[in-house]
Amino acid sequence: MSTVEPNPSMTTFTSKELVTDQDVRWCPGCGDYSILKQVQTVMPELGIPRENIVFVSGIGCSSRFPYYMETFGMHSIHGRATAIASGLKAARPDLSVWIVSGDGDSMSIGGNHFIHLLRRNFDVNLLVFNNEIYGLTKGQYSPTSEEGKVTKSTPFGSVDHPFNPSALALGADSTFVSRSMDRDPVHLKEILRRAHKHKGTSFVEIYQNCNVFNDGAFEIFTDKETKKIETLFVEHGKPLVFGQNGEKGIKLDGFKPVVVDMASHSANDLWIHDETDRLKASMLSRFFDNPRKGGEHLPRPFGVFYVEDRPCYEDGMKTQIESIITSKGSGDLDKLLRGRDVWEIQ
Amino acid sequence: MSHQTDTLERVIIKFAGDSGDGMQLTGTQFTNTAALFGNDISTFPDFPAEIRAPQGTLAGVSGYQLHFGSTNIYSPGDRCDVLVVMNAAALKANLKQLKKGGIIIANTEGFDAKNLRLANIAEQDNPLENGSLEPYKVIRIDVTKMTRSALNDSGLGTKEIDRSKNMFVLGFLYWMYNRTLDNSIKFLEEKFSKKPDILNANIKILKAGYHYGDTTETMTPRFVVNPAKMKPGVYRNIMGNQATAMGLIAASQKSGLELFLGSYPITPASDILHELAKYKSFGVKTFQAEDEIAAICSTIGAAFGGSLGVTTSSGPGIALKGEAIGLSVMLEIPLVVINVQRGGPSTGLPTKTEQSDLMQAMYGRNGEAPMPVIAASSPADCFDTVYEACRIAVEFMTPVMFLSDGYVANGAEPWRFPKSSDLKPISVEFAKAKNGGDKYLPYKRDEKLSRPWAVPGTPGLEHRIGGIEKQHETGNISYDPENHEFMVHMREAKVEKIADFIPDQTIDSGPSKGKLLVLGWGSTYGSIKTALIDAHAKGYDVAHAQIRHLKPFPKNLGEILYNYDKVLIPEMNNGQLVRIIRDKYMIPAIAFNKIQGMPFTAGEIFEKIEQVLSEK
Ligand code: SF4
Repeated sequence: MSTVEPNPSMTTFTSKELVTDQDVRWCPGCGDYSILKQVQTVMPELGIPRENIVFVSGIGCSSRFPYYMETFGMHSIHGRATAIASGLKAARPDLSVWIVSGDGDSMSIGGNHFIHLLRRNFDVNLLVFNNEIYGLTKGQYSPTSEEGKVTKSTPFGSVDHPFNPSALALGADSTFVSRSMDRDPVHLKEILRRAHKHKGTSFVEIYQNCNVFNDGAFEIFTDKETKKIETLFVEHGKPLVFGQNGEKGIKLDGFKPVVVDMASHSANDLWIHDETDRLKASMLSRFFDNPRKGGEHLPRPFGVFYVEDRPCYEDGMKTQIESIITSKGSGDLDKLLRGRDVWEIQ
Repeated sequence: MSHQTDTLERVIIKFAGDSGDGMQLTGTQFTNTAALFGNDISTFPDFPAEIRAPQGTLAGVSGYQLHFGSTNIYSPGDRCDVLVVMNAAALKANLKQLKKGGIIIANTEGFDAKNLRLANIAEQDNPLENGSLEPYKVIRIDVTKMTRSALNDSGLGTKEIDRSKNMFVLGFLYWMYNRTLDNSIKFLEEKFSKKPDILNANIKILKAGYHYGDTTETMTPRFVVNPAKMKPGVYRNIMGNQATAMGLIAASQKSGLELFLGSYPITPASDILHELAKYKSFGVKTFQAEDEIAAICSTIGAAFGGSLGVTTSSGPGIALKGEAIGLSVMLEIPLVVINVQRGGPSTGLPTKTEQSDLMQAMYGRNGEAPMPVIAASSPADCFDTVYEACRIAVEFMTPVMFLSDGYVANGAEPWRFPKSSDLKPISVEFAKAKNGGDKYLPYKRDEKLSRPWAVPGTPGLEHRIGGIEKQHETGNISYDPENHEFMVHMREAKVEKIADFIPDQTIDSGPSKGKLLVLGWGSTYGSIKTALIDAHAKGYDVAHAQIRHLKPFPKNLGEILYNYDKVLIPEMNNGQLVRIIRDKYMIPAIAFNKIQGMPFTAGEIFEKIEQVLSEK
């Protein structure tokens, strides 16, 4: 991963100053705590004046986030944070806008705004805490829960096919697609820095453990025992290597990714990660096997899968207005009110 | 060729044809010419719901009614004096609206076997031939044939040639009413500046229509309608949606706030989006969102950022926005929500007018969610009313519902437009400093009960707002039962407090005490006003008041109501304001309802007044 260097010289506030006077109300042990901590740690390094930071959230456990950040913030309504942030960024391109959402908030009730935000490419950061469950409403399956999931609303198992969030984001022409997890603070901080640095909508999916209603959903990726074999941390320009000691690699056999043994392969044989390659990013997003089913499967990738440089909506909007004002001059209200055809009554 | 010329006080013309016949354009052209000549005018277009309904059928009939005169005109009028019909379906759909003895101008080609069949008329029943139009004066013109022969050497195809048919009709009417062609020629020159052959063809046909009147052997009457004696000043013609867009720009300019419009296309509100999208030179940001919910939510985001946030829609869209309107009530953020009402429920009658969203505006949200509601009474009044909506929104930190409807939105009238310097200033001040010692209290209220507007980017005023019940002053989440009750009352009191800052209710005409008050709101203004003129001519004891501020009501409204023995409330719905008035003022107000997707005629209101006055 191309590392973004923290820039403490730009710091105008400390992590501590980001803590509000509100009690944090997540369940003890919830993955949200770690994410909050990493965001509060990274924020001062980014060189943004605190008053220019805005956190916007929808509804759900994760959406309480703004209350715990001593910045500007709005805790809005279910699924709509993306739409609110769009308007805010269109009106105020100078602000650093962070959206905090969950799997239900952004992919179920807010699914429409989610895809449209990505396609328009506003320069905002979208953090989706994916815990594969509805936590705040006490444990119903979500649009990312696996098939067969037994929950309060699916006592006999869910028959619903889940979304693959990165594939969905790529399908909506997202210009920054990434994945991290609550239990890997170093990686998460790095991804947050990259997200901030990217000009455009940065989609960050964060695997987050809901220890009350879906405990261990991602254990296989986060547990010391299994993490190394079940995950694949991708870095731009580096070969896809994983395993306890990097003993496995991924090679492309035509269009088919295959796991190979590094004892019989060299790094040159492997798939080299290229963040700018959309086709490969889509393939990477399809590394989505359920490891719990066992058998041969691909590891789950983490990191930045795709980055694209594409104009942002708010810039296009601003440029259009400015060019019209340059060519036609600023609007004259009296001229507008008068219109073209008038007559006078004496 | 002697043509008799009569002078008339007012004339109502209805142009009707297939949606492809260009009747809307013909109507607006005649309107602009009449307005420029100095007549007072009022118009009402009547569109079919389908964009291209099957040609020649009743479903495809598009109409445009114009009322113009040398006296004051307040409504598009009741029955028409002249009915222009391009085909049999147009006649069938509109004949009942023509006065006995009125003039029919019929395009004979539109009454051929095919057109009769499409209009479900048996061939032997051709109204142009079976004598059924005896009570009217019928002018038969084969517009199609004449247009084609005039343009046979133009090099244009038949399809293009036929498209200029409406210019023949327009030219003929200009001749009938002694108007010059100048205004329409100027219009065509601009419209077809890049297509000289089409331009020439249209001008040629416009003139051909005019000359046809001059040269025809028929004893076609000609009329003069003199300029109206209107209040001195400079006028222009304006449509309701256009006036709404201008009012918003004016409010943005006068408040110094950037205008942000979040909108999703919907009939009949889309024209406000179209208008505002043109005015980028005023720094207007228009955002066509992915849906109605995103339209309002993006607006809430922009308002949080310090913009003058506006979202436009019609009833079904407002229903979708309901939850977000509730959020803005809770956030106490300035927002103007525009509902150009149409026939409901559900998809209802998208192109027809109705006033059936008043209850939705007043109560259509979950929880106790009061917001100011304000309604425009005529096309030009949209300007002042929406300007007032913006003022209330930013000065009181509240969402405001602005109600217009299909009738005022698409109708047009002369407008004595204001100078920008005459517009009442809109004062907005963003919070700059902490207001609670070392803290910023986002819900600390001023004497208006309004809270401060602290926009992101203001150092030291970082704060969080949201949809969960908030603690008084701090705005922190609070589940405290007493605080909730307090805040519910506070939000209501804040909206009611606006009554201290709006004008008193006035009596539009009639005595300030008496037998009957006709109380209207919104677009019923013109019909009630006209009915009252007739009633006063007969010496009836009746007065008229039209409410602009529906929430809160002007403080003196109750006092006014108690001054009359009876109160009659005409509405284009099943009785909405009447229930609110009965509830609030405990008077037995009489409902008078019309729910036909059409405005009241003055005649209907006049008859109702007579009936109510004659009852014990
Ligand atoms: S319910 Fe789950 S996601 Fe919500 S706070 Fe508790 S542990 Fe966290």
